[in-house]
Amino acid sequence: MDNIAIELRGIDKSFGPVHANKDINLKVRKGTIHGIIGENGAGKSTLMSILYGFYQADSGEIFVDGKPASIRDPNTAISVGIGMVHQHFMLVENFTVLENVMLGAEDSQILNKGIAKARQELKRLEKEYALEVNPDALIEELPVGLQQRVEILKALYRRADILILDEPTGVLTPAEADHLFRILGQLKAQGKTIILITHKLREIMAITDEVSVMRRGEMVATRTTRETSVEELAELMVGRRVLLRVEKGEASPGDVKLAVEGLTVKDSRGVTMVDDVSFEVRAGEIVGIAGVAGNGQSELLEAIAGIRRATSGTVLLNGRSVDVTGHRDPAELRARGLAHVPEDRHHVGLVLKFEESENAILGYHNDPRYLKGAFLDIDAIRKDAEEKIAKYDIRPPNARLKTANFSGGNQQKIVLAREMERGPDVLIIGQPTRGVDVGAIEFIHKRIIEMRDQGKAVLLVSVELDEIRSLSDRILVMFAGRVVGERSPEATEGELGLLMAGVEGRKEAAE
Amino acid sequence: MSTPYAKLPGWVEYGLIPLINLAVAFLVAGLVVLLVGENPFEAAYHLINGAFGRGEYIGFTLYYATTFIFTGLAVAVAFHAGLFNIGGEGQAYVGGIGVALACLWLDQVMPWYVVFPLAIVGSVFFGALWAFLPGWLQAKRGSHIVITTIMFNFIASSLMVYLLTRVLKPLGSMAPQTRTFAEGGQLPKLDWLLSIFGLNVGTAPFNISFLLALAAAFGVWVLIWRTKLGYEMRTMGHSPSAARYAGIRESRITVITMMISGGLAGMMALNPIMGEQFRMQLDFVQGAGFVGIAVALMGRSHPGGIIPAAILFGVLYQGGAEIAFEMPSISRDMIVIIQGLVILFAGALENMFRPAITRAFAMRGQRAAAVVQTKGA
Ligand SMILES: Nc1ncnc2c1ncn2[C@@H]1O[C@H](COP(=O)(O)OP(=O)(O)OP(=O)(O)O)[C@@H](O)[C@H]1O
Ligand SMILES: [Mg+2]
Repeated sequence: MDNIAIELRGIDKSFGPVHANKDINLKVRKGTIHGIIGENGAGKSTLMSILYGFYQADSGEIFVDGKPASIRDPNTAISVGIGMVHQHFMLVENFTVLENVMLGAEDSQILNKGIAKARQELKRLEKEYALEVNPDALIEELPVGLQQRVEILKALYRRADILILDEPTGVLTPAEADHLFRILGQLKAQGKTIILITHKLREIMAITDEVSVMRRGEMVATRTTRETSVEELAELMVGRRVLLRVEKGEASPGDVKLAVEGLTVKDSRGVTMVDDVSFEVRAGEIVGIAGVAGNGQSELLEAIAGIRRATSGTVLLNGRSVDVTGHRDPAELRARGLAHVPEDRHHVGLVLKFEESENAILGYHNDPRYLKGAFLDIDAIRKDAEEKIAKYDIRPPNARLKTANFSGGNQQKIVLAREMERGPDVLIIGQPTRGVDVGAIEFIHKRIIEMRDQGKAVLLVSVELDEIRSLSDRILVMFAGRVVGERSPEATEGELGLLMAGVEGRKEAAE
Repeated sequence: MSTPYAKLPGWVEYGLIPLINLAVAFLVAGLVVLLVGENPFEAAYHLINGAFGRGEYIGFTLYYATTFIFTGLAVAVAFHAGLFNIGGEGQAYVGGIGVALACLWLDQVMPWYVVFPLAIVGSVFFGALWAFLPGWLQAKRGSHIVITTIMFNFIASSLMVYLLTRVLKPLGSMAPQTRTFAEGGQLPKLDWLLSIFGLNVGTAPFNISFLLALAAAFGVWVLIWRTKLGYEMRTMGHSPSAARYAGIRESRITVITMMISGGLAGMMALNPIMGEQFRMQLDFVQGAGFVGIAVALMGRSHPGGIIPAAILFGVLYQGGAEIAFEMPSISRDMIVIIQGLVILFAGALENMFRPAITRAFAMRGQRAAAVVQTKGA
């Protein structure tokens, strides 16, 4: 068949004892969008890294446009027309868009000539695919959605015909994600082939033509998207039926556990990020904070958790005041019953270079359980980590593996296990299921509701409106640093959407 | 995507790659020797012979290595907490005050094994003090340690000139140094250790501070990987934001780490002062603080790597002196160039050959897999 862009035959790859890809066969048809889904750690990123030359397969063959290709490194991948947009962008922050696009693809030693040509080419690409970005803007000044566009431009500039995107929407706001999908549609219309990895089945249903499912290193099924359903895909991924929406009973709120009053946070430049926010969270309820990313939710969480200084306001934890404006001590807050699952697990919640077991005590390393005097009790720490690994089904079950080598969803479970297993009174969680597969989402959601039913107070921040609506007992909407409204979870998506966009809120405030 | 290149087996990572780097460094150094019109093989012979040819030479090599173990550990400890302490030179220099005070006080009345522990405490105290100040300045005032530690090297140098010309110099003497210590201020040599191998230490000042250096290396390993403080230091070194999240106080760890680092640098002073010269002289550190940076880099900040790296630099020092002695057209400065090349290839350009080696291994792995497959079929 001549309309196959990529064919993988018998790809096999192990990392030590971990068999990440087992005899994988895959055909991707030219000019289509091909989805790849699978649980965390199923081997999706590994497979794509092999295709892009980051890793070498232990055995197996790759065919590009029907011809066998030996892809030794990313340069050879690019030379056969494969481009990749990484989950974590690989851009030089203090370079301009144009400089980033050219980097490594400069035509001659003399930059000036190349720059003029590159600018022209970039213009053409932007027009052709509706990928507007200012070529002279600095990367660090662009929002993530635009940074991602630069990654796509980079691939196209190198004449990629096949584009791999690994969880591209994980960091995007819903509007940015919609825009990305329009771009992908555009690229497909121009005859490009796209491979899309995502955990969001809705996205798979919306824009892919075909979808392949991986489970525990194996390719278990390929379906035509039109002929399948979210339920079937979820079942194929996990190997059992998955509850896509959690079941939860009525909340029975008790005493106020967390009270926030007039909290205001300014960033280092003096811009107000959180503006006079007040609310309460009671024992036995989940309060969700909805909002488009960047409207102050992150700063609010950080101020409550004691890792960011507030300019004014008070916070009461278990009825006792917390010094949020002066001397902040996250360790003391933990001791007083606060647990915090931070939004950014890579930079805040985990030390990626640590062993799993070392991360399992991060923040709790003062607990005498883990210590023998000034020394770490390595045996106790590993045993504790292994218990959590078993309870939270963290894969691979190896407490000594470097944390960076766990897949995203399993990294998240490491953080959740650490913060939830302590039985805190108040749990604050940012983006609990970012980059996490459906099976794990079900698990995490169940655990959060269990926490509530045990009488814990839960404050939840998520940019996933579905998640907020299915978990929360009350929803606060944040816009431009302010709480612009409170709704019950029965409120419609449209109503919340308007509040999040700041439309309703302004009216309400004016009234 | 965590690691762009596949992981290499341990013996390649910690054995082959450093060896290749070293070989290239010597190759380039050989070219330099050739350029000045000398025979590089002869130079290589003198280097090896000068470092290992006799028990006495080995004694000198290990004497220098002792010094570099201390300063290398000092840099490594700070590095684990994400701090770049380039003030080892000054800290070792000031650490000498502690050693000298202990010796001047008790050398005539006490045996060495009483004076030595006190001298250790003194050297650690003064070295730590000299590192405490930059650490405290960074923690409280945000002055960057790289800048302040360099400045403190200069201040140390002026301070020591003052002390050695005005305060610690015996009356009537012209030389800027303390008086020579009596027996109590002289460390015993490790002649018995070399004689186990049938070697004679001769005049080499190889002394028991070598054993102290080994103990310090073990202590550093325990500190970094087995204590709560080490855990906090590593957390901060890998990710300051995660450390903040975990409630680890950056200012506290900065100050404590710098003091430990300075204390280790300070201990270096024991080796030349009590082990070789039996007095404190001007400039006794002789750049060892800076060599420590290269040693820590080469040893990957791990005690198990620092010891061999320190011995390598000991070889370069001792063997290099031999080259300069035997081949007059190769000056002392040439030796510094060779040392610089080792630092360049083993430290700074450490990753130069890694991609090629990784690729070679990936291909070998594939071929092996292919062989297994055909056999299986
Ligand atoms: N460099 C590595 N060293 C060791 N093990 C690794 C390495 N990279 C990946 N693994 C392991 O290989 C398996 C597959 O990982 P991979 O990242 O491909 O999963 P994934 O399907 O992309 O998961 P996610 O959806 O969470 O991103 C996991 O068990 C992971 O821990
Ligand atoms: Mg992945």
